[in-house]
Amino acid sequence: MKIEHLLWFIPLLPFLGFVLNGTIGRRLPRAGVAAIALLFTALPAALVAWLWQHMLSHDVLQITAASSPWIQTSALTVRFAFMVDHLTLIMLAVVTGVGFLIHIYSAGYMAQEEGYWRFFAFLNLFMFFMLVLVLAESFLLLFVGWEGVGLASYLLIGFYWQKPSANAAGRKAFVANRVGDFGFLLAMFLMIQHFGTLSFVEIFSAINHHPELHGGFLTAIALLLLVGAAGKSAQIPLYVWLPDAMEGPTPVSALIHAATMVTAGVYLVCRSHVLFDRSPYALGVVAIIGAATALFAATIGVVQHDIKRVLAYSTISQLGYMFLGCGVAAYSAAVFHLMTHAFFKALLFLAAGSVIHALSGEQDMRVMGGMRKRTPITFLTMSAGVIAIAGIPPLAGFFSKDEILYRTFSSPNPLHMLLWVVGVITAGLTSFYMFRLWFKTFFGAERFDEAHLGADAHAAHHAGEAEHDSGQAAHSHGVHESPWVMLAPLVILAILSVVGGWVGIPQALGGSNHFEHFLDPVFALTTEAQNATNADQVSHGLELGLAGVSVLVALIGFLAAYVFYYKKPGTLGAKATGNPVYNLVANKYYVDELYEFAIITPIQIVSRVLFLGLVDTGIVNGSGSFATFLTRQAGEGTRRMQSGNIRSYAGWLAAGAAAVILLMTYSSLTQHATKAALHLK
Amino acid sequence: MVPIYYYLILAAILFCIGIGAFLIKRNIITVFMSIELMLNAVNLTFVAFSHMHHAVQGQLFVFFVMVVAAAEAAVGLAIIIAIFRTRQTLDVDSINLMKN
Repeated sequence: MKIEHLLWFIPLLPFLGFVLNGTIGRRLPRAGVAAIALLFTALPAALVAWLWQHMLSHDVLQITAASSPWIQTSALTVRFAFMVDHLTLIMLAVVTGVGFLIHIYSAGYMAQEEGYWRFFAFLNLFMFFMLVLVLAESFLLLFVGWEGVGLASYLLIGFYWQKPSANAAGRKAFVANRVGDFGFLLAMFLMIQHFGTLSFVEIFSAINHHPELHGGFLTAIALLLLVGAAGKSAQIPLYVWLPDAMEGPTPVSALIHAATMVTAGVYLVCRSHVLFDRSPYALGVVAIIGAATALFAATIGVVQHDIKRVLAYSTISQLGYMFLGCGVAAYSAAVFHLMTHAFFKALLFLAAGSVIHALSGEQDMRVMGGMRKRTPITFLTMSAGVIAIAGIPPLAGFFSKDEILYRTFSSPNPLHMLLWVVGVITAGLTSFYMFRLWFKTFFGAERFDEAHLGADAHAAHHAGEAEHDSGQAAHSHGVHESPWVMLAPLVILAILSVVGGWVGIPQALGGSNHFEHFLDPVFALTTEAQNATNADQVSHGLELGLAGVSVLVALIGFLAAYVFYYKKPGTLGAKATGNPVYNLVANKYYVDELYEFAIITPIQIVSRVLFLGLVDTGIVNGSGSFATFLTRQAGEGTRRMQSGNIRSYAGWLAAGAAAVILLMTYSSLTQHATKAALHLK
Repeated sequence: MVPIYYYLILAAILFCIGIGAFLIKRNIITVFMSIELMLNAVNLTFVAFSHMHHAVQGQLFVFFVMVVAAAEAAVGLAIIIAIFRTRQTLDVDSINLMKN
């Protein structure tokens, strides 16, 4: 078998898992369901590992597999085509690797849940679409995966379908994503109009063959793609869905809403970097949106009390970093951060899930505390994640974040200093809120009430309106460490969070930045022209100095959290209450309320009056009821003929027969007359 | 020789009488007899045309009709007796159990 054909199996295997669990999973025992789901996630992971080894050892830069045409018109031909290059390899490794670990974790985390088979079927469906997304060789096929992961995300956010809030969160995610998809679609239409194709290779080579193409419609395409990416990757102004998406089970938050799906927007920007490179304006917008989102979400993260919501805002903020990296054309740095973020954020979510599991579904950090002794392994692994995301060397987050900040500082963007300052402030805030979470959860007095913990969540679960991850309701046997099936993925991810950054140690710190060179074949073509000159001028001393600044800021964040949440807990909270700034941030800047007022309410009014009142009730229902009215009237009329009186039937019969006879007689008479007339001639 | 249309007119008159009686009369036996009258009106046309065309098929049909009429009479009279036994009446209009 040729190696290209193997590509098809990578997404199709999880799809097979979805079909199996979706059809017969209901009748299988839980172990069987988990075995199917794990097998069909492990196989693609193994395929990816083999593919990786094959491509590196044979120096293959790109593998493409294409089917016969899928859509064929005079203006456009689209094939089902997959392509693997080094960027795709990294995405594939992250998706299948982290995905597999989270599948293992889920087998333990969801063990007590209703709808076990449904959960794993959806999870495998997600893997299928995500792999289609990263493997796609054209914008259209990427869009198929793009929509598919949105669907899987919707299904899994609303997994606890008995909870109205979960359903609302699923809808919100879907609608916010639709707004982004609108931009993506328009971008594709523009590409069809200007290039007549949607294939990456063809579009990018067309652009590379026309060095004079600059700005203009390329800016329009890039900005529209950015709208799509902002929807999927939860950037301003479409980020509002991600915090609510925490209604889903915690493994879903880890897999979809931290590690993989939300990074699809970053992947899209990196994949179409050729377009962005030709439009400094679009790149500038990407950078500004990224930096603004990073800072904005980080400030909200500081005041959240729900452990998962802190992580959700942190995810938005880190995605902002990735966009900032893309915006200063440091694509490999963005992908580097994407990878390390996938490790430590998946770890943080899973560890948070382990804490929630231990506390039988409690998510509020105000009633946690002292978990260090109760869940020691979770504590250790989560510490690795916290230190990694805070940007303290030598853990993974430091190298990737620092690379982005350094590239921002040295970028030709006129706003580069401002962007860098925003990035550094965000780094400090990130360190502060992550250590705040760490101290509040694992240190200090135990603020939970062990006796009532399980019972409350249990009761709330059965009332169908549990505020929290209702999953853990079933067992209320005290605060306990999670089983090994959940801890093993935590340990592996913790190791990755520690060492994952070492593949990209910059030259200034004695490394060789292996990661960036790995991605050179994908990004070098054009970024070289823009950046290499600029980046090389900056001395290693400056790079070290900048790294020192970010470490310093991270330490300041740590110290502030240490003082306010360990030494003197409660002091900051007492000051903050009633403070207008605090209220503004605690209410998430009233963005949800603003959207409600400015967009949702007007749309609802228009829908009610125009579409529901006039179109739906008036025209659609009206035509329907007019048809029923006609039928009924016709029935009323003809009903009288069916009197049940035999003689009236006989009368009708006789009348009908007489009519037929008359007709026949008349026509034969006229025929005779014409014949006679002919004879006369 | 008697012209054909004499027979046809006679058959038409008989047939119309049959229809009229079928529609007007209430007694089932009379209705039944009017059906026989219509059948025989048809038989008369068959025989008349058969004679006119010097073809025997028309007369064969007459025999068929007679056989069917005999069978019908047997079954019909049995039904009439059964109805009279249960309902004590032979009025068609009062036999309307299926109606409501």
